[in-house]
Amino acid sequence: MTIVDPIKETAPVDPNIVNITINDKPVAARKGELIIAAADRTEDFIPRFCYHPRMTPVGMCRQCLVEVETPRGPMMVVSCMTPVAEGQIVHTATDSVKKAQEGVLELLLANHPLDCPVCDKGGECPLQDQAFSHGPGESRFVEEKRHYEKPIAISDIVYLDRERCILCDRCTRFADEVAGDALITFTSRGNDTQVLTFPDEPFSSYFSGNTVQICPVGALTAKPYRFKARPWDLEQTESTCTSCSVGCRTVVQSSRDELVRYQGVDIDPVNWGWLCDRGRYNFESVNSPDRLTTPLIKSGSELVATSWSVALESAARMIRLALAQNTNSVAILGGARGTNEDAFAWAMLADKLGINQRDAQLGDGLSPEVFNLAQATIDQTCAASTIILLAPDLKEELPVLYLRVRDAAQKRKSRIVEFSSHDSGLTPYAWRSVGFEPGNQAQIVRDALATPEMKEQLTRGEVVVVVGRANLAESEVFTLQALAEIFAAVPSAKVLPVLRRGNVRGAVTAGLTPQNNSGDAIDILNAAAAGKIECLILLGVDPMSDVADSGLVQRALTQTKNLISIDTMINDSNRNADLVLPAASYGEKNGTTTNLEGRISNVAQKITPCGTSRPDWMIATELSIAMAVDIGVSSLEDLNKKLVSTVAAFAPSSDAKSTHGDGVLMARETPVTISGKASKAVDRNAYNYRLVVSRTMYDSAQATVSSPSLAGIITDSAIFVNPLDLARIGVADGASVRVGAEGTNIVIAIKAHNGVHRGVAWLPFNHTGVDIRPLLNITSDVVDVRIEPIK
Amino acid sequence: MSKTYVHAPGFVAGDRPKIVTSRFEFADSYTLERYLATDGYKGLRAALSRPANEIHEDVKSATVLGRGGAGFPAGTKWGLTPQQVWPRYLVVNGDESEPGTYKDRLLMERDPHQLIEGCLIACYAAGLSQCFLYIRGEMAVAQERVVTALNEAYVAGYIGKNILGSKFSVDIILHWGAGAYVVGEETALIESLEGNRGMPRLKPPFFPAANGLYGQPTIVNNVETLANLPWLLTHGVAAYTAIGTKTSPGTRMVAVSGHVKRPGVYEIINGTTTFRDLIYGEEFSGGIRNGNLLKAFVPGGGSAPWFTEDQLDLPFEASQVGPAGSMLGSGAVMVMDETTDIPAAALTLTHFYAHESCGKCTPCREGGTWLERILRRVVEGDGTDADLQQLLEVGAMICPGAFPHAANEKLGLTAVPFPYKMTTICFVGPSAYAPVHSALTLFRSEFEARVKKRVTIPVTAVAGVAANARVSA
Amino acid sequence: MSRLSDTNIKLAHEIIVRYPRPKSALIPLLHLSQEQNGYITREAMQHLGELVGVTSAEVYGTASFYEMFKFEPVGKYLINICGTMSCALMGANELMHHAEKKLGVKAGGTTPDGVFTLAHAECQAACTEAPTLQVNYRYRLRVTPADLDRLIDNLRDGKLNDEFPPHGVLSKVRQSIDATRAVGAKAPEDVNESPAWLDGKAAL
Ligand SMILES: Cc1cc2nc3c(=O)[nH]c(=O)nc-3n(C[C@H](O)[C@H](O)[C@H](O)COP(=O)(O)O)c2cc1C
Ligand code: SF4
Ligand code: SF4
Ligand code: SF4
Ligand code: FES
Ligand code: FES
Repeated sequence: MTIVDPIKETAPVDPNIVNITINDKPVAARKGELIIAAADRTEDFIPRFCYHPRMTPVGMCRQCLVEVETPRGPMMVVSCMTPVAEGQIVHTATDSVKKAQEGVLELLLANHPLDCPVCDKGGECPLQDQAFSHGPGESRFVEEKRHYEKPIAISDIVYLDRERCILCDRCTRFADEVAGDALITFTSRGNDTQVLTFPDEPFSSYFSGNTVQICPVGALTAKPYRFKARPWDLEQTESTCTSCSVGCRTVVQSSRDELVRYQGVDIDPVNWGWLCDRGRYNFESVNSPDRLTTPLIKSGSELVATSWSVALESAARMIRLALAQNTNSVAILGGARGTNEDAFAWAMLADKLGINQRDAQLGDGLSPEVFNLAQATIDQTCAASTIILLAPDLKEELPVLYLRVRDAAQKRKSRIVEFSSHDSGLTPYAWRSVGFEPGNQAQIVRDALATPEMKEQLTRGEVVVVVGRANLAESEVFTLQALAEIFAAVPSAKVLPVLRRGNVRGAVTAGLTPQNNSGDAIDILNAAAAGKIECLILLGVDPMSDVADSGLVQRALTQTKNLISIDTMINDSNRNADLVLPAASYGEKNGTTTNLEGRISNVAQKITPCGTSRPDWMIATELSIAMAVDIGVSSLEDLNKKLVSTVAAFAPSSDAKSTHGDGVLMARETPVTISGKASKAVDRNAYNYRLVVSRTMYDSAQATVSSPSLAGIITDSAIFVNPLDLARIGVADGASVRVGAEGTNIVIAIKAHNGVHRGVAWLPFNHTGVDIRPLLNITSDVVDVRIEPIK
Repeated sequence: MSKTYVHAPGFVAGDRPKIVTSRFEFADSYTLERYLATDGYKGLRAALSRPANEIHEDVKSATVLGRGGAGFPAGTKWGLTPQQVWPRYLVVNGDESEPGTYKDRLLMERDPHQLIEGCLIACYAAGLSQCFLYIRGEMAVAQERVVTALNEAYVAGYIGKNILGSKFSVDIILHWGAGAYVVGEETALIESLEGNRGMPRLKPPFFPAANGLYGQPTIVNNVETLANLPWLLTHGVAAYTAIGTKTSPGTRMVAVSGHVKRPGVYEIINGTTTFRDLIYGEEFSGGIRNGNLLKAFVPGGGSAPWFTEDQLDLPFEASQVGPAGSMLGSGAVMVMDETTDIPAAALTLTHFYAHESCGKCTPCREGGTWLERILRRVVEGDGTDADLQQLLEVGAMICPGAFPHAANEKLGLTAVPFPYKMTTICFVGPSAYAPVHSALTLFRSEFEARVKKRVTIPVTAVAGVAANARVSA
Repeated sequence: MSRLSDTNIKLAHEIIVRYPRPKSALIPLLHLSQEQNGYITREAMQHLGELVGVTSAEVYGTASFYEMFKFEPVGKYLINICGTMSCALMGANELMHHAEKKLGVKAGGTTPDGVFTLAHAECQAACTEAPTLQVNYRYRLRVTPADLDRLIDNLRDGKLNDEFPPHGVLSKVRQSIDATRAVGAKAPEDVNESPAWLDGKAAL
């Protein structure tokens, strides 16, 4: 295997340096840069409220006024909207600038309630800070201040206190420009201007937490953090979100050894400072009272607490017993939720024990061969002329990647060509959105790419395919086939594989993937269901809620003789386990993680692990000792050294510092090409509907359900069809229907949805209410259902 | 010929050359029939018989000044569009709402075809491929008259595809506002036309000629500006520049309101007519009512700093009015006689601008209201002398540095010329301060007589904030 | 039912296609909706959002910026008395006091019978004819208290129905562009060429 250099990411040096002076000191600015941005690289801080480097400047708070010399004398300009120019002379602290800045601050404070002592923002408030550093020191406003009803809930999560709002347009701009959810706007005019939602239509954006983070005052607060802590009590550390595989950079904050808040950190290659609400708020699950604190062992029909030494001994015994049969009687499922080190420790242990059956994916991913195609980073994707989407709805599954791709389409003029079975969050931004019925995507892709206008588009520049599994009720083969069609049309295309679980790419690369041609997760489950697995290890997975075919999982779990679960909580999969080992959670352990593009960055411990829980790697190490196959790991550093020296892909991260900040990309093998196996789905009987089952942001995932602020947002299951199909079925919107497939049927509410193509029925996966999984059968390539009114 | 006007009265014809009001004497001046009978659409025909660039040159050499307030030459403005960027749009500013201003509505109600013809000539000359005619929302009759004229002109082949059978094609779309003064500002007008809140954009980078409607090059011209074009094209550049002065050729419409004997709208000769002519001239307003004395007048719409009798002999010429400490603005003179309660008069204007603030920028949104509240307290007799100082200090937060005002011999004041420095995006913020500043500068004694002599102690609320900030640092 | 009626939906589509971008039609459509219902309802805003492809919040953001859009029912006749400088100099305050007495409501109020709403207004571009007022945006000029009394009586007696349509109606004439005459609006990104008449030659 040849290893090519990691992709070079050094920003191209702009040959167009613009020389300016700020307060008589020379500054090398970049062409087109704003004065305020250039000043941010010097010691001269220019106060500001409305300016945000990731949003279009609006120049409305007027706090950033500076003077620029012109032939007609000094001119006052807002530095957040004035670009640098060669030879420009800027003053940020002359008497008149100071006077202007003080004036604006005094005006901003005029109507501000100054309830700092009871304000969440107090202590970290730009208004407070800048009033101190750039303000007049006293207010002469003796009039009655503006009054509004104190905080109003504008969504399940966010509260708005209009009295504190300084009308900087950050939240509203974010909602419209960054998130594409213009659900909050300025209303009224002049002195009565307020931020509001439409009456009774909440700010239900997946990204609402960002507005709380960027609000420069305490006007927007979030339920999970309200009155939880004072900024001066906070401790914080930088980390990476692993709730999905985008890998957003975060700051994890705690107070009194409890997680209280996550904030986005702005790194260029990934999240630009943004987080999605699930990633931002599901830390609540770390603090959940349901967390396991000690190992649990089966005693009769119950799980009872036990000590680690007993637990490890039992685990060793169970594995040993199984191995005594043959190495194929042990299997490991999971590992994508942990760190690279966790996965590597388990892979080493499995190697030592000869366990080949391991899979960090759960049958809903893609063959690891996609990692060996020519890869694109997120940045490269968003700079491509054409972005082909052959992927799940990014808005639902990889939210911040959605923000980046949307931005590329909106501002950077990338053209999106989408192939999908129902509209996604990106459909409104797609240049062309081509629908297909599950099973025939290869044909549709081939035809679509052969049209003259598409051919022309594909020659315009780079083409990147964002590829993932869009439908849990459809075989992976179809996606790979369609992908092969794209490569046939555009051999130079690159891929951005979008497998959603946090560290799936790291876990697979570290070795938690089938070895020596053994089967994948589904094969493992099938083997278990057939009674061929003596000991099944669930490494931070809950297949009962994660695998589409719950019948299969159910059979597998009951047929397995010894079930060991390593997890943070009790769930449907480990409720009947023989042994449950409490695992340390995100925020409780150090290590590195790998995002979907192969970027390695660190995750950091901020609080003490809950009870006696410990990181997965430590459990593997202790187990290896208990089993006398010592993997030779004495510390995390030690383990990491082994990882970067053994697994070539991780070599670029050998200097721990490289995993901080932007992180570092994995080394990659020389790209291979793909050839899809020809396969064809059976034709759909015209009376049936072909199922599309996909995930939405808020489903019954463990971390969501156990985060009180998010749990309430999960909606009940329903089946969605095109309005014309609803009419054909002959029922009212919202009525109950019987949905049947191969002998099973469920009764569920049906809803009309314009974005669902005719002949297709869309079922969001893992919602509350009716269990839809009986309809799914992993062995069929596609699932067709009958939908009947209930008489 | 009937001389009873149902709509838009107030126009006083007088015996002067007429460029834009030539048809006002006819009761049916707004019909296509009358228009065609009185040289209507001749200018368009004349324009279309020559290459577009020549027409643009004519408008440039005639120095047709913008009549919307800034006085920028139309021909020059049209030339500011970037090369080879298409499409370009024309947006007609018929949002007339500057206090004291009354002329565009007259032009729309009484001669809508003239405006339409002006729009067509502009589109032809500057290569503008669609025209949006934005009329103020509160002008139902103007909308009716312009709509009717547009419908007639479409049918008659003056608008739309292949105008007069030529290769020139343009649509004129009527659009009306919904009540917001600030939308008269050209970038706010564009926002409003895009269906948004009418909040001004920053210039730069949003100079409409380069980056306007939908980000495209856009010419925004005032109704009166465009109404000049048919006459210009019919009679030629020489005839146009023969009227008025070299820097201010042609005529302009001026409304004189307030305490004069004959308030009215006059088409005056540009550049030479003086304020004395307008206020005292027999062919104009005929002097102050009841023979009273003049106290002050606003020379160019509510935004303009005030003049007193010392400035009466200034002509309608920007290059003289600016250095004298005010501006010509939108052709609106408001006259106050000796009986006027000056603080109360100023309050009506400050209230206007505070009320009409779009709320986008802090100094205008907060400062305008603050000014209004202090001033109201003073007017109502609850003010103190510290309030008077505070008015000036709040004003300085909007307009730091010297604020323009007129010279005054009695008070020993010398003029501070236009323009002023401002911390706001557009002129609404400063306009809230202008009347306060003028009134306080020229009539301070009236304020002092009104207030209680008391020094208020400033509330040091901000100090509390600072203390907190230190804790976190 | 305060979504647009079928007739008005047709009109709405005619208006929308005149603009290069649908959202530009928002203010004209809000007027259309106010004409239909007398004020702007919640459902109307939702409907307009669907028609031009924006969120209801955006419609509300735009609508609430402009004074003429009312979010609660107003009288059949909205009487706006100008109080800006020229009118104030000529007795606008006295006129307002008189109107308040005559109608028995304060400025901003609506008479119990729902016929009149009285309001302060800003400069109406008729300053030379001060003091001025508008009834549903149609003028009365140099208004004396006696004029005002007569106006109100006549309005109440239905004698002025022809001149003053109910609140919400502005122009009684609509723009109509025959399809054969219309050039048609195109999104700016679909126009890349200079206009045909800029070929350096006379158009006629
Ligand atoms: C606050 C403000 C209000 C304005 N209102 C109007 C107006 O009502 N009508 C108008 O024609 N111009 C108005 N203007 C001027 C316009 O911004 C613009 O300069 C003008 O329409 C350009 O046309 P012109 O060059 O033909 O004068 C206003 C400007 C400001 C700053
Ligand atoms: S709520 Fe906060 S972010 Fe939004 S406008 Fe107000 S101050 Fe700005
Ligand atoms: S997009 Fe993914 S990585 Fe980013 S914050 Fe959300 S869950 Fe976390
Ligand atoms: S000066 Fe006033 S009206 Fe103008 S942009 Fe600022 S807030 Fe809006
Ligand atoms: S930061 Fe520049 S105006 Fe607000
Ligand atoms: S001030 Fe009343 S109409 Fe102008």
